[in-house]
Amino acid sequence: MRVNPEPESDACAVAVEPHPAWLRVLLARHAKRPHSLDYISRLIAGFEEVHGDRSFADDPAIVAGFGFFEDRPVMVVAEQKGRNTKQKLYRNFGMPKPEGYRKALRVMQMAAKFGRPVITLLDTPGAYPGIDAEERGQAEAIARNLREMSRLPVPVVAVCIGEGGSGGALALGVGNIVLMLENAVYSVISPESCAAIIYRDSAKAEQAAAALRLTAEDLLGLGLIDGIVPEPPGGAHEDPDAAAESLREHLRLRLDELAAYDGPALVDHRYAKFRKMGNFFA
Amino acid sequence: MSWFKRDRPPDEKLPRIEDKERRVRTEGLWQKCEGCRQIIWKKDLEDNWNVCPRCGAHSRIDAAARLRMLLDGGVYAEFDASLYSSDPLDFVDKQPYRDKLAAVRKATGVSDAIISAEGKLDGRLIQICSMENKFIGGSMGAVVGEKIARAIERAMEKRTPLVIVSASGGARMQEGAVSLMQMAKISAALMRLDEARLPYVSVLTDPTTGGVTASYAMLGDLNIAEPGALIGFAGPRVIEQTIRQKLPEGFQRAEFLVKHGMLDAVVPRLEMKPYISKALRFFAG
Ligand SMILES: [Zn+2]
Repeated sequence: MRVNPEPESDACAVAVEPHPAWLRVLLARHAKRPHSLDYISRLIAGFEEVHGDRSFADDPAIVAGFGFFEDRPVMVVAEQKGRNTKQKLYRNFGMPKPEGYRKALRVMQMAAKFGRPVITLLDTPGAYPGIDAEERGQAEAIARNLREMSRLPVPVVAVCIGEGGSGGALALGVGNIVLMLENAVYSVISPESCAAIIYRDSAKAEQAAAALRLTAEDLLGLGLIDGIVPEPPGGAHEDPDAAAESLREHLRLRLDELAAYDGPALVDHRYAKFRKMGNFFA
Repeated sequence: MSWFKRDRPPDEKLPRIEDKERRVRTEGLWQKCEGCRQIIWKKDLEDNWNVCPRCGAHSRIDAAARLRMLLDGGVYAEFDASLYSSDPLDFVDKQPYRDKLAAVRKATGVSDAIISAEGKLDGRLIQICSMENKFIGGSMGAVVGEKIARAIERAMEKRTPLVIVSASGGARMQEGAVSLMQMAKISAALMRLDEARLPYVSVLTDPTTGGVTASYAMLGDLNIAEPGALIGFAGPRVIEQTIRQKLPEGFQRAEFLVKHGMLDAVVPRLEMKPYISKALRFFAG
């Protein structure tokens, strides 16, 4: 809630409610919002993290590993933000580097080899924009994931749990089913960067957030996601257990649904879904 | 589908009709080369496909000129020329996106930031998409995504190779997540082309950044670039703001990417056609 800051103005101070889209952005980035590992610890039994891209390094901004979702063996690949300063730095604020995306691809292909479903959790401000990331081919790593995820012959369920930051999130987002948590956002550009471009003023991020149509309802309406996972009242941070249980219901439903398809049918299903995205022609 | 034909071969030293617009808009008949800082007679530059005859610096050329340069006789058939964006977000910034599109269409003479075409390259039928950087920074929205996806499907149907010439700042902000998903849509279509074992040559020209680099531009069987082209994921200014230091000389230029193993080759513009021709002969006999 903000108050009109003009003291000279004749009008009395007017309380202005933030735009609903901007509220979602704030909730998606809330300091106490559950991160990927908060869901993994509640939903995946016996989770074992696996590390490294076998070529350069391990990227802590992406957590990957295997475990059991209600007795079902699954591979989980998730973007991970930090909670305190030390963790934030360790996780690079949830901004993956090329080695993170390459680790993700390595383990997704491992899951494909053994016929196991893949669950991905998207939560990043974006892929890391740095000199080293560019040198090691950030663009190539993301591009390759997009193409290779599209041919995984196993069920892939992608869930945007917080910030779906552009290509950095989409690089794990080519699922048969793509879900968003109720207060998650998914956008081609951050509201701040968008505002900087349009209004030459990143403080106008609230306006930009509204213009970008980045809420779960917006994406569902545009035909870009398959469903919305409800959060407890006030947002997932108010009751992480309830948020995880809500996600559990949706994951079970979707994994059951996809279990009916064989490998080639899953590839075709995923292709058909993305192929019709953006049929907005005059 | 409509056929366009040039009256003269591209190397003939006569004023071209399409140059008229450029000449009227600019100050005079001379242009300063960004490479050698020399004043060059504009017609010399244009007759050389905007490669400086003195120092070889490459300045940008438009999407249609690119097609004339690469295709035999400058002849090509265009597809999906009347595909227009319906402005899925009802996006408004300083002006409605709808109005902006109409204005840019009028100024550039193209329907969106890409021309999708079919033509012959040294006698071989190919599908080719050429991006127009003057159209909202060559940005990729639903129309660009759809035109490329259809070109890929045409390549599969007709069993022809695919060439995409990129010149783009990335996904189009005004179409939000719809633009973003085009990255996945095109990459998935390229997966199918790959499975069909049909060749795809990606040509990266100045500039190729953002979601275009992070999808189809980096997925060629060969990824080749013009000398000096800016190529990257994040734009240089974004990186500078993030790391708060100056970027090294030559960072994100085509030569830098070759050095770091991200491109197959840097190919000068005037050698581009023979290079692609040779590659296609290797791939497809
Ligand atoms: Zn020069």
